Amino acid sequence: MDEQTRNILDILDDDARTSPEEIATLTGMTADEVSRKIEQLEKAKIIRKYKTIIDWDLAGDHYVYAIIQLKISLERKLGYQAIAERLYKFPEVRSVRLLSGEHDIAMTVRGNSMKQVAFFVAEKIATQEQVQSTSTHFVLKTYKEDGLILDEPEQVKKLVVSP
Amino acid sequence: MRTQCKPSQFIANSMQKVPASGIRKFFDLVSDSEDVITLGVGEPDYVTPWHIREACIHSIEHGETSYTSNYGLLELREELSKHYTRRHNVYYEPETEILVTTGVSEGLDLAIRAIVNPGDEVIVVQPSYVAYVPSIIFAGGVPVTLGARPENDFKITADEIKASITNKTKAVIINYPNNPTGATMDRSDLEAIADVIVEHDILMISDEVYERLTYEGTHTCFSSLEGMRDRTILLNGFSKAYAMTGFRMAYALAPKEIIDAMMLIHQYTMLCAPITAQVGAIEALRNGEEEVEKMAREYNRRRKLIVSGLNNIGLDCFNPRGAFYAFPSISSTGLSADEFAERLLTEYKVVTIPGNIFGDTGEGFLRCAYAASREDIKEALERIGNFVDGL
Repeated sequence: MDEQTRNILDILDDDARTSPEEIATLTGMTADEVSRKIEQLEKAKIIRKYKTIIDWDLAGDHYVYAIIQLKISLERKLGYQAIAERLYKFPEVRSVRLLSGEHDIAMTVRGNSMKQVAFFVAEKIATQEQVQSTSTHFVLKTYKEDGLILDEPEQVKKLVVSP
Repeated sequence: MRTQCKPSQFIANSMQKVPASGIRKFFDLVSDSEDVITLGVGEPDYVTPWHIREACIHSIEHGETSYTSNYGLLELREELSKHYTRRHNVYYEPETEILVTTGVSEGLDLAIRAIVNPGDEVIVVQPSYVAYVPSIIFAGGVPVTLGARPENDFKITADEIKASITNKTKAVIINYPNNPTGATMDRSDLEAIADVIVEHDILMISDEVYERLTYEGTHTCFSSLEGMRDRTILLNGFSKAYAMTGFRMAYALAPKEIIDAMMLIHQYTMLCAPITAQVGAIEALRNGEEEVEKMAREYNRRRKLIVSGLNNIGLDCFNPRGAFYAFPSISSTGLSADEFAERLLTEYKVVTIPGNIFGDTGEGFLRCAYAASREDIKEALERIGNFVDGL
């Protein structure tokens, strides 16, 4: 990756709303160059989407999250991809990952209540033919999400003048 | 009744030769102000990376609270030795040629006291860090200040150094990347200086604490130049690169005989650097590379932000290639550096440091540290702009 691409990705990774003009100032490129580069990165699907991290709890929507671990029995001709596709098409499923180790797949499920999530898993997930077993862990508190610490940030007291 | 005394009568004469740091005045001016934005700090605005802090906490929990070797933990010196071989292709023997110090400030004091006889001259290239001149005076030496010229982007030349050398000259102190100007030196600039050092048979004290914050070109370690290893006391530390200012962790690299002499002072004054900080330093060297590069990339962005901002305001700012300072000229405003900085602080609540504090050739310039958040830099630029417009 060239230095300018890394710079643009770093800046947008930290704040997706940084304008091309500001990125231009920070990198020494022109705003047009930045816009063109971002367009290329979008086309190449290196930049997939611009998202907002929302504290839904604070907003008053008290979603319930659970991490579901699955053991999968693979059938002839059907790899993990096939089961993953079946799973990720449910809107309740927020993430799906193939794992090494004891379990094969981990996914995050979001619902409005524990009951709703539990029934979703029992009815839609556990009943899939390739799913051998499920193990559901409800999330009690999220401390860090996608690199962002959700607790109050550290306050560092430094002198205002130093040599 | 016993006779009264004036405590001042006990103070050594040499203290009167040392002026108090000009920065102190700004500290007092600012202490009770609110809504102040500071570009006045010579330290990273980052907290020390967590893996380093965690290593320190772990060591305390496991009872690592004792003295260490006077030289510092051997493990740390071995890491430092490897680090210099890897990065600069210059080898220092961990057992005898590396001394772990409590900040570069201590290393500087030891270096000067170890080599200066009363009356010896030490050339100090300015603008530069405020401790060099006082340290020489404390040691009974004679500081000979030499101003790097703005026309030459604050790089000192071999000819300028040569012209300041007398038969009493013992050493030259340089600091690149430079505090307060952000100037760096190219290898060829340093090679020419190395020739002068050999020709006059003197020593170089090279303070390279901003080494890792070099944004254009590559940093050349002075002792890595041919023939310079035995003529250099290299000072460096963890404060700037790893955001570890409060740990006071630094080191000196020099030939055995010089380290021996520095060690004599160190063992009777400091004994050893704090063990917890040394543990942090080992962790920093082993696993800190990614964080260093990440912080440097962000400083580089802020550098571009502040330099273009200052130039847009009309404060002519040369391109600082290292450290985290911009050093704009304020001569177009007709104010002295002191007046500018003081009025900017009292009227617009932005802290900067007048350049003359760092040496005569810094007059007419302002040190603006960009080790501050982008939001703060933008707000400061806005206020500086308003101040300049209103003049």
